[in-house]
Amino acid sequence: MWNRDRWQEMFYTLRKNKLRTTLSGFTVAMGIFIFVLLFGFGNGLKNSFQEFFMDDSTNTVWLYPGQTEKPYRGFKAKRRIIFKNDDLVDIQQNFPFFIEYLTPRISRGALVKRGKESNNYTIRAVAPGHQYAEKTIITNGRYINEADVQNKTKFATIGRLVENDLFGDKPSIGQQIDVGGISFKVVGVFKDDGGDNEERLIYIPYTTRQRLEKSNDRIDQIIVAFRPELGYAGALALEKKLNAFMRKKHNIAPNDRSGIYVRNVAADLKETQQFAGVLQWVVFFIGIGTLLAGIIGISNIMVFVVKERTKELGIRKAIGATPKSVIGMILHESVFITTIAGYVGLLAGVGTLSLIGDSLEEFFIINPYISTNTAVIATLILILFGAIAGYIPARRAAKIKPIIALRDE
Amino acid sequence: MIKIKELHKSYTMGQNTLYVLKGIDFDVREGEMVAIMGSSGSGKSTLLNILGMLDTADSGTYILDSNPIKELDETKAAIYRNKFLGFVFQSFNLISYKTALENVMLPLYYQKVNRKERQARAQNFLEQVGLGPWASHHPNELSGGQKQRVAIARALVSEPKVLLADEPTGALDSKTSYELMDVLQKINDTGITLLIVTHEEDIAKMCKRIVHLRDGVIVEDKKVKQVRASSYVE
Repeated sequence: MWNRDRWQEMFYTLRKNKLRTTLSGFTVAMGIFIFVLLFGFGNGLKNSFQEFFMDDSTNTVWLYPGQTEKPYRGFKAKRRIIFKNDDLVDIQQNFPFFIEYLTPRISRGALVKRGKESNNYTIRAVAPGHQYAEKTIITNGRYINEADVQNKTKFATIGRLVENDLFGDKPSIGQQIDVGGISFKVVGVFKDDGGDNEERLIYIPYTTRQRLEKSNDRIDQIIVAFRPELGYAGALALEKKLNAFMRKKHNIAPNDRSGIYVRNVAADLKETQQFAGVLQWVVFFIGIGTLLAGIIGISNIMVFVVKERTKELGIRKAIGATPKSVIGMILHESVFITTIAGYVGLLAGVGTLSLIGDSLEEFFIINPYISTNTAVIATLILILFGAIAGYIPARRAAKIKPIIALRDE
Repeated sequence: MIKIKELHKSYTMGQNTLYVLKGIDFDVREGEMVAIMGSSGSGKSTLLNILGMLDTADSGTYILDSNPIKELDETKAAIYRNKFLGFVFQSFNLISYKTALENVMLPLYYQKVNRKERQARAQNFLEQVGLGPWASHHPNELSGGQKQRVAIARALVSEPKVLLADEPTGALDSKTSYELMDVLQKINDTGITLLIVTHEEDIAKMCKRIVHLRDGVIVEDKKVKQVRASSYVE
């Protein structure tokens, strides 16, 4: 293997047979390149599904009021259901075992001004627990707290991009902003992994919003976070019980699908995880398929290469090449080509992924990547099969009587 | 140098078996120059291929330089071919992508001679066959006679004891054939044993002994007065 003469002879043969060398190398490089690309795309697709849920807590049940479709207990159909503060209290009291925290949410759009700068933003009126439900990350100051809710303060926690828009490089904490004509003091700045839209939000205490809206106690939606240790089964049980409890309380027929909507993030996540699991298999089979195609390609080219050289091998045998040296020569060449071409294909694939990776987000492929282990193992498998693919015809060629090989045209 | 006894060889094609050699007894002493003659299909090339260990006999014994050949596996046969035998074929059998020099160097590669020495020895043999200036040319840039000389240089470079030539002049015109025979006679003069398969009478007469084959058996084996090829070459 480390015989300098043999390397020289190999390089010479490869150089003198450029087309053959290029063809074999191209097949291998293409196999690995396509493998890396498809595997990366598959992972990117998986990422987009995971990212969809990444920026929100997964242990939450969301309750939305709707409009009834059926009359029930003396109430007419088409009745608007309205959530109020007492719903929060009732849920808290009836499900103490299940609940980690709960928060209302009231969303309104408003023109927000600060000096000469102004823009329209969504203002979310919430309780402190909302920070965990949305996985909001405080970068400066603080989030809305319990005291703010109690005292109905005019404090706001603003998104990173809101701060950018209104304050530029200047500090915002402690400064006043005009939210729909009402002055609020900025107490915190946050960022969110959910993307730009999630960072163009302003959070205020829900009680403050209610006071501003003629001191009503209405709530748009309720987010109930359950204890993670309940698991998936516990989450489903809670969802069912909460649904039944709220329907009973608001006099909605049990079979009325429109009166109240319940979204269980845990169940959604489970479905997504199952889909991601299927995707993982798809990616796996694509990988195996591509590798197989590559191996078949290499085998074909190797059979062709050895067949094309039968006469040359006959000449070499006639002048003293042993079967071992014939096999060694072909193997050496095939492993060398497969290794170099495999590495080139690997680099090209990884390079292409990182080049075009960002532009694939619109096709639901986020951060397409292939782990070093997977890529290296795939390349090694291809090299190994390249060697086997070279070995089989080489052994056959080595066994042919020199006179038969010499007659080959 | 060579002893064969009761050598048989047949080829099976479909349901037909073709008996090519039907019990050949044949001895060649060191330094002989033997022409094996016969019409097409007489078995002369088959005999040479078996003697050169490029093919195997069905039965019979073959002893080369006191070594029984039948017992050799393919690896040992390759080493024997490399050490004891040199081949010259009608169709030259040069490797097309190698230059004349590189073709001649190749047998030494399998003897694990280092590159520098390979180069020097190959160049020396090319010069001996009058092709020194053509060393860097590829086979497709050489004439038939030149290609055959390269093949002879390649056969001689590993300093074999026996040189086997299968119709070496078959692809050459008369003048080139005589030039080539002159080269072969000079090689024989150095003590190397030569076996030449030919169907040309004048070429056979340039050897010291003529063996006639017909239908797989030797019908005539006679010593002749060697005609020197140099008398035909200006």
